[in-house]
Amino acid sequence: MSTIQETVAPAAAARVTIRRSVSTIAQIVVLLLLLATPLFVKNFVIFQLTMWLVYAIAIMALNLLTGGSGQFSLGQSAFYALGAYTSAILMEHADVNYVLTLPASALVCFVAGVLFGLPALRLSGVYLALATFALATAMPQLLKLGVFESWTGGVQGLVVTKPDAPFHLPISQDMWLYYFTLLVTLLIYAASVNLLNSRTGRAMMAIRDNEIAASALGVNLPLYKTLAFGISAAFTGIAGALGAIVVQFVAPDGYTIQLAIAIFLGMVVGGVGWLPGSLAGSAFIVFVPNVAENISKGLSGAVFGALLIVVIFVVPHGARQVALYGEALAKKFLKNN
Amino acid sequence: MTPSQDMQGSEPLLSVRGVCVTFGGIVALNGVSFDLRRGHILGLIGPNGAGKTTLFNCLSRLYQPSQGDILLEGKSILKQPPHRIPDIGIGRTFQNVALFHNLSVLDNIRVGAHSRTTSDAMSDMLKLPWARREERALDKRARDIADYLDLLEVAERPVAGLPFGTQKRVELGRALAAEPKILLLDEPAGGLNHEEVHALGDLIRKIRDQRGITVLLVEHHMGLVMSIADHVVALNFGKKLAEGPPAAVQSDPDVIKAYLGSKDA
Ligand SMILES: Nc1ncnc2c1ncn2[C@@H]1O[C@H](COP(=O)(O)OP(=O)(O)O)[C@@H](O)[C@H]1O
Ligand SMILES: [Mg+2]
Repeated sequence: MSTIQETVAPAAAARVTIRRSVSTIAQIVVLLLLLATPLFVKNFVIFQLTMWLVYAIAIMALNLLTGGSGQFSLGQSAFYALGAYTSAILMEHADVNYVLTLPASALVCFVAGVLFGLPALRLSGVYLALATFALATAMPQLLKLGVFESWTGGVQGLVVTKPDAPFHLPISQDMWLYYFTLLVTLLIYAASVNLLNSRTGRAMMAIRDNEIAASALGVNLPLYKTLAFGISAAFTGIAGALGAIVVQFVAPDGYTIQLAIAIFLGMVVGGVGWLPGSLAGSAFIVFVPNVAENISKGLSGAVFGALLIVVIFVVPHGARQVALYGEALAKKFLKNN
Repeated sequence: MTPSQDMQGSEPLLSVRGVCVTFGGIVALNGVSFDLRRGHILGLIGPNGAGKTTLFNCLSRLYQPSQGDILLEGKSILKQPPHRIPDIGIGRTFQNVALFHNLSVLDNIRVGAHSRTTSDAMSDMLKLPWARREERALDKRARDIADYLDLLEVAERPVAGLPFGTQKRVELGRALAAEPKILLLDEPAGGLNHEEVHALGDLIRKIRDQRGITVLLVEHHMGLVMSIADHVVALNFGKKLAEGPPAAVQSDPDVIKAYLGSKDA
């Protein structure tokens, strides 16, 4: 490619092309890594990678809510639990195929999200965060209630049967679940990207940036705010359902406020409002605790906290900042060659 | 012949009737009435705190008048929820520019067309054919408006970093995207330099003449109001002081007194 006779306009066009190509190359590399990695690692690692994708979905869902519509939630664990239980109950009590439990969980959680989003309309900022926090604390107790016990298994929870690979594919159950989860993750990612680049997504972001102006332009605030809650809850529910299938077990204490905080942390570390960052954020909450454990068994919590503070300090905008830096480097490299 | 001339005699496009608004003890609007003719540019003037912005907020249904009525083409707008106001043809800009700061210029304009598009969340997520089609048409429309307002060069840039004058044009473009019958402009000249104010006057007139949009203009800048308004209403302390052709209102003793008494910063 000759760059000698470029005038200003083609230079701008070239910059856009370079920017596009850098991000396209990055996407292809990530996709290839996601496809190939399980072929070279042990089953337990595959299991961990699958959970990494599951949490990435949950973080993406929160990102749509917070990054997209500007509403906070410390209650995502409640929707995650609801999705997990919906899937587990359908599989174990009604013998529904695990694939079909995903849309069912999404639907149940969408309704729950909208119902919760309605009273939340009156709240914003920290108050909304507190209300969602209450939801997260209440959920494990609700799941233990005696009235539901015949369905939920009470404190004991439910054991879920692990599905085999379909069509007699010669791969392990773990590997099959990984690829299945990867497919769902990619679909949800695509749907989220579409959403943010559409009328609906722009309406949500308009609310995030300026409620009064959005309203004056005809954006129905209650509708889009509750819709954001509903969609976020639905995606979180799918993550919960996948999590239940992968872990083969649901129990109330698996879905405490700690999970909600982990999802929130993952969003911040990945970069609020940047969907690909969800993968980085999820890696942080899944793998860094192991790292911390290796550094010091007794003080793993403190080590995790210290690592978190370092990350927030060095890159306050999360993985997005790292990506932008990488892009700038790549552009410099491409220009000099 | 301007559109204003061949519309003489027809019913007013907008009719404000005895509107009162109070905030606690403060009476912000006290029985204000006036008519806005189709195709006119009506200048609404008055010192700070006169109630001009409050009136705008009633027109966009952000505030509820305690008394009085507001009629658009003979029908009360006070029964409409706020988000229906652009549908029925009222668009506005804000006194201190209220843009969506993290969105690009084009996206701001696209949100402006929210009330003129219909795609739903499900079609949007799945990018169904009709959602795609609508998005393509919208993209063209947003670019046309950006072109009309000389914003194409910054079309993809987030608005946060743009100069104030440019941001004001983006806000205007966003309002135009809704294809309003009436455009409410709240102090559009605020913060602009002399040349920019002049260009703004031409632009407002051009919008009226080329797009047939009726304009309600709140403005402190007397020169601008006097040069482009067909009709002027003066407010003070929430009451109408005077109304009539620009020159007559400007030389009205009550208006002069109100302005000398409070303003001139
Ligand atoms: N939301 C509000 N709450 C309390 N007082 C208000 C509010 N909005 C306007 N006011 C008061 O109403 C009066 C008119 O204000 P405004 O309409 O902004 O005046 P103008 O736009 O003509 O400068 C002022 O005394 C102002 O303080
Ligand atoms: Mg004002």
